[in-house]
Amino acid sequence: MSRKTLIPIGPYHPLQEEPELFKLYCDGEIVRDIKWETGYNHRGIEKLSESKSYDQVFFLVERICGICSTSHPFAFANAVEEIVGVEITDRSKYIRSVIGELERIHSHLLWVGLAGHFLGYNTVFMWAWKYREPILDLFEMITGNRNSYAMFKVGGVRRDIEKSKIPAIRKEMGVIRKKLDLLTGAVMDDPVIHARTKGVGILTRQDVIDYAAVGPTARASGVDIDVRRDDPYAAYPLVNWKVITAEAGDVFAKAEVRLLEMYESASIIEQCLDALEKLEEGNIALKINEIPAGIGTGRAEAPRGEVFHFVVSDGSNSPARHKIRAPSYTNIATFKKSCIGQTIADATISLAAVDPCYCCTERMAAAYDNSSGEKILNANELIEISMKRTNEIRKSEAGHE
Amino acid sequence: MDTEAAINKLTGKFIDEIAEVTLQKGRRAIVTIRHTALLSLSEYLFKSEGFRFIIASAMHTRRGFEIYYHFSLDADGIILSLHVILDREKPHIESLSNMFSASNWIEREMHELFGIDFLHHPNQEKLLSEGNWAEGVYPYRKEFK
Repeated sequence: MSRKTLIPIGPYHPLQEEPELFKLYCDGEIVRDIKWETGYNHRGIEKLSESKSYDQVFFLVERICGICSTSHPFAFANAVEEIVGVEITDRSKYIRSVIGELERIHSHLLWVGLAGHFLGYNTVFMWAWKYREPILDLFEMITGNRNSYAMFKVGGVRRDIEKSKIPAIRKEMGVIRKKLDLLTGAVMDDPVIHARTKGVGILTRQDVIDYAAVGPTARASGVDIDVRRDDPYAAYPLVNWKVITAEAGDVFAKAEVRLLEMYESASIIEQCLDALEKLEEGNIALKINEIPAGIGTGRAEAPRGEVFHFVVSDGSNSPARHKIRAPSYTNIATFKKSCIGQTIADATISLAAVDPCYCCTERMAAAYDNSSGEKILNANELIEISMKRTNEIRKSEAGHE
Repeated sequence: MDTEAAINKLTGKFIDEIAEVTLQKGRRAIVTIRHTALLSLSEYLFKSEGFRFIIASAMHTRRGFEIYYHFSLDADGIILSLHVILDREKPHIESLSNMFSASNWIEREMHELFGIDFLHHPNQEKLLSEGNWAEGVYPYRKEFK
């Protein structure tokens, strides 16, 4: 009978920027099975949304993800605008796409950095995060915030990108291209990175279809899907760009797709800026007085893949139901295919290759007793549960080999 | 293929199972079906027509428990949502997770939050709050007066 060693990664682990527990069941160095436990990040977003007005929901969904904070407002705006049946002005379309693509660049740079870090190649980490910083500065200039920009609203955007701000963005796009050349060259030609990522964590085309993976995770396995092209929104049908795909499905292919996508993003941003220069300033939001009853489905291509929002309106001030599907929800599940059979060292980069965002994946609710109005679990009870759980984990992990 | 063509193909094949078709703005449609026909319709969409399962959205309404199964035909930008209405007292429906793994987690989540049973699910454990939540308490259920 073979005995397996349990190696836990998480729930709090230096490798992960968010809490999550992966249990690797190993036979020697080889991962034979993997389980995960989630729930450390529940915040009740879907349920909370039912108690907020449509304007407030934007601020709520913006806080689902701390990295790609505009992708959820993007999809939510698309969903609600579908219910209302309006088409926003061209100027606000271009502004939305500029924000969306700037975000893709900074999110992909963040991933490239982290991937380097997971491989023990900290130079890539330092470079990528250094190059990411000026993009965040651009956000601060345009929106006032480095992250959680509060740019979107039903019917348009909250702030304009004035002509005076355009040269700075344009200049940075030129600079980032050069930096990307350097970074892409360093990553794509490095024999150590090849050795660590090629043939590692392979997802086949069939795995992607079975798990309905999206975004760069799907595109790196040759599944050519991108909501920006397939179900066009904002300014994406108005500019020229191409969808990047690769065939190998391994970690290297995922890195390649993300690196090349950043060039496309820079090109989209420049074309949007050209258009913004020609359009008159102002006229960035339509006045929407009420949201009628109806059903809206909104999609947006976040850096990690398709974000899906399903909004049911009963004609009142807040959604009757708001279902959110973040890309990591389907992408993380693919670890069952990508990690099993790998060595432990390769399993970590395979897990990281989907660019997992745990707080996107979990959106739990606070529960109240309907008859008494009391919380079913109060703070002390939560602390008790947490301590009990810690003890249980300690006991069960001590019992393993 | 446009949305109407997709709907016509579907209704041509499953006319007895479909209760209502609502064409929405854009390339979206909601198809209300008998809940016993979910497996055969999903199989047709997924295997024959190449639709991708996006996610399922459950709702607790006065009519009972409703689930929208959202499918996407990426080549044409179409979203078809199969809509089922389940029993008020003991909501249950066949699981899709034996056909594709993509529905595994969301069915577990709906089971946990709404108390809907997914028959023949390979592993209907709690997804979000394993061991941390009272049994038989479903936070997304509503009370109707």
